[in-house]
Amino acid sequence: MAKFDLNDDSVVVVVGSGAGGGTLATELALKGVKVVCLEAGKRHEIEDFVNDEWASFAQLAWADMRTTSGSWRVSRDFPNLPAWIVKAVGGSTVHWAGASLRFQEHEFKTRTVYGDVKGANLLDWPITLAELEPWYAKAEDRMGVTRTNGIAGLPGNNNFKVLEAGATKVGCKEVHTGRMAINSAPRDGRGSCQQIGFCFQGCKSGAKWSTLYAEIPKGEATGKLEVRPESYVVRIEHDATGKVTGVVYHDASGQMQRQKARIVAVAGNSIESPRLLLNSESSKYPDGLANSSGQVGRNYMRHMTGSVYGVFEKPVRMWRGTTMAGIVRDEAGHDPKRGFVGGYELETLSLGLPFMAAFLDPGSWGREFTTALDSYENMAGMWIVGEDMPQGKNRITLDKNAKDKYGLPVANVYFDDHPNDAAMRSHAYAKGTAIYDAVGATRTFPTTPYPSTHNLGTNRMSEKPRDGVVNKYGQAHDVKNLFVSDGSQFTTGGAENPTLTIVALALRQADYIADQMSKNIV
Amino acid sequence: MQEQHTRDPGAPADPGRRAFLASGAAIAVTGSALIHAGEAWGMEVKNLKPETMQTLIRMARDIYPHDRLSDRYYAVAVKGYDEKAGSDPATKKMIEDGVAALNAAAKKKYGVPYAQVGWEAQRVALLKEQQKTKFFQTVRSNLVVGLYNQKEVWPLFGYEGESASKGCYINRGFNDIAWL
Ligand SMILES: Cc1cc2nc3c(=O)[nH]c(=O)nc-3n(C[C@H](O)[C@H](O)[C@H](O)COP(=O)(O)OP(=O)(O)OC[C@H]3O[C@@H](n4cnc5c(N)ncnc54)[C@H](O)[C@@H]3O)c2cc1C
Ligand code: SF4
Repeated sequence: MAKFDLNDDSVVVVVGSGAGGGTLATELALKGVKVVCLEAGKRHEIEDFVNDEWASFAQLAWADMRTTSGSWRVSRDFPNLPAWIVKAVGGSTVHWAGASLRFQEHEFKTRTVYGDVKGANLLDWPITLAELEPWYAKAEDRMGVTRTNGIAGLPGNNNFKVLEAGATKVGCKEVHTGRMAINSAPRDGRGSCQQIGFCFQGCKSGAKWSTLYAEIPKGEATGKLEVRPESYVVRIEHDATGKVTGVVYHDASGQMQRQKARIVAVAGNSIESPRLLLNSESSKYPDGLANSSGQVGRNYMRHMTGSVYGVFEKPVRMWRGTTMAGIVRDEAGHDPKRGFVGGYELETLSLGLPFMAAFLDPGSWGREFTTALDSYENMAGMWIVGEDMPQGKNRITLDKNAKDKYGLPVANVYFDDHPNDAAMRSHAYAKGTAIYDAVGATRTFPTTPYPSTHNLGTNRMSEKPRDGVVNKYGQAHDVKNLFVSDGSQFTTGGAENPTLTIVALALRQADYIADQMSKNIV
Repeated sequence: MQEQHTRDPGAPADPGRRAFLASGAAIAVTGSALIHAGEAWGMEVKNLKPETMQTLIRMARDIYPHDRLSDRYYAVAVKGYDEKAGSDPATKKMIEDGVAALNAAAKKKYGVPYAQVGWEAQRVALLKEQQKTKFFQTVRSNLVVGLYNQKEVWPLFGYEGESASKGCYINRGFNDIAWL
């Protein structure tokens, strides 16, 4: 395993080791580029994971202070937990469920296709589906996505069977066990899914792709990648010309360190990445690094989400087996006749009893609530994930009143639903309810969105520097040796779970960075 | 919670407690202890008034009523306030004052303290009047973890918990649904 000097200014520093950062760091190392990956969280390996929702949350989740504002219900119910994401090596790919879908063609050009939606800051991506396709293919192979590369789909669990039966009855056509980055048969040195049912808590069989064990060790094996856990980056520094020169971070003992760098790539997820850029303000960049457009932190997207749970006369035991291996794609397209632009997916979802109690209807009490939980064993569940509208006012700002333990302002997350989001959610609740009613649900629960698991858009890609933060390679418009490598690059959100796209973009970015380095351009 | 097998030694209820039970509460106060004769457990209350703990247990059930759960689980869920009251005067005051206010409201309306109000609907109406208070909010929100994260209650909801060490579900019914 490599160990680089703090003063080695030939390394690429990657901030964060999740879907974007872990993939980029590994791919660069595989190409022979020296990489130091700084990760704020600890390194927990597969054997450390626990099949216990709250214990796992305490082990893996980002619990450092954040604040919220805006009219979203999460701000009322969980004022300091805007997002449910990970602080650990592997980032949120430790928690994630594995659903791996490509964006649809029109989702790269929503401004053109949807037109001018009032209040929405729509913009076409500076790349097209066709341009990204080779990297999608590479990402699917790398992650072992089922229903691609000749990999069989996962077997359907009880929760899927209910969804499938209901969806088929109401006439849905595209219903299957999903495109999942979970091995349906042994592959890439990892075994097949054991149907443990705790995908969100870290997959104890390793069947689910995660940068923690499916990428990073391969990078480390090259001798070119050093991952430093418990390294919390607080500032990116630059020289008089404006080029970044390295980062300042706090190590495991709280000691301040300075790692020099040739290139810095930020991949702290869509709340921390803009926070880091904003906290890196200087006299040269008074509004924060890479922020001449004023777009850093803006256009925060979290997908239009919600869940529907149905109670049936007989047991379902939805928690058994793969959490999210089940999808209905019939509503994923763009069909404005439904009263909204963009589309949504319906995917199986199950929460264990402790999380169900916390998230079914936060804050409620009494028999309406408890009789729902009394039927827990007979419940089936689905998650709604659809395209939400980017809005300039939905944004990450620095909270001047709340400081972290290093004395830096924490991120405040402001969010309001756009009317399009609300219209789409109503449609999806009705659809989900109809699906369960068709197989005899005695009661259904249209459930409010959870703290955000998909955080996107806060350093958006744009063709023109004035419209966004980074170009089509994730390179900052303002600073050519500064990159953004996570979901915050997304120009718009699409209806699909984002990680496959994050990984494809990171692989593409690695090719670009290696090429630019070899030509001595950056 | 301390398990006391009160059914064995000295179990028969004294007349005072009988009278108390007859008035509608399953949990009796004897000295600084709560005794649940029906479920055969007891609980020492050290820092709060025992009547306060008795009320909290009743309140916990009224907030999250599950008829298949015995009182012991609710007692475990609120027991922590007694410990906390020992080291944190602010918590102690919030709990004692909150319970006192609830009892005052109950007495005004029904002539008896909260725990002795006969119908759940009546007690729930009293709680609704308090639901904006910090006291109620604290008790309710802590119950979400305090009650539902007890592994012992999971089987009563059918939830099976940890599965990796039991062979996962690959051969244990992940797709055994038969009624569809
Ligand atoms: C429960 C759950 C289920 C999900 N299921 C799916 C799914 O099925 N399909 C899908 O596509 N997506 C899913 N997601 C979303 C997916 O996990 C994320 O979209 C993806 O991991 C985001 O990648 P990222 O690189 O942006 O950030 P992350 O993967 O979150 O990585 C960011 C990393 O950066 C670190 N970091 C942050 N700030 C700093 C700093 N200042 N210094 C050093 N390190 C820092 C963090 O600790 C973290 O490890 C799920 C997420 C959750 C939580
Ligand atoms: S169900 Fe499959 S993917 Fe999920 S945790 Fe278990 S083995 Fe891993």
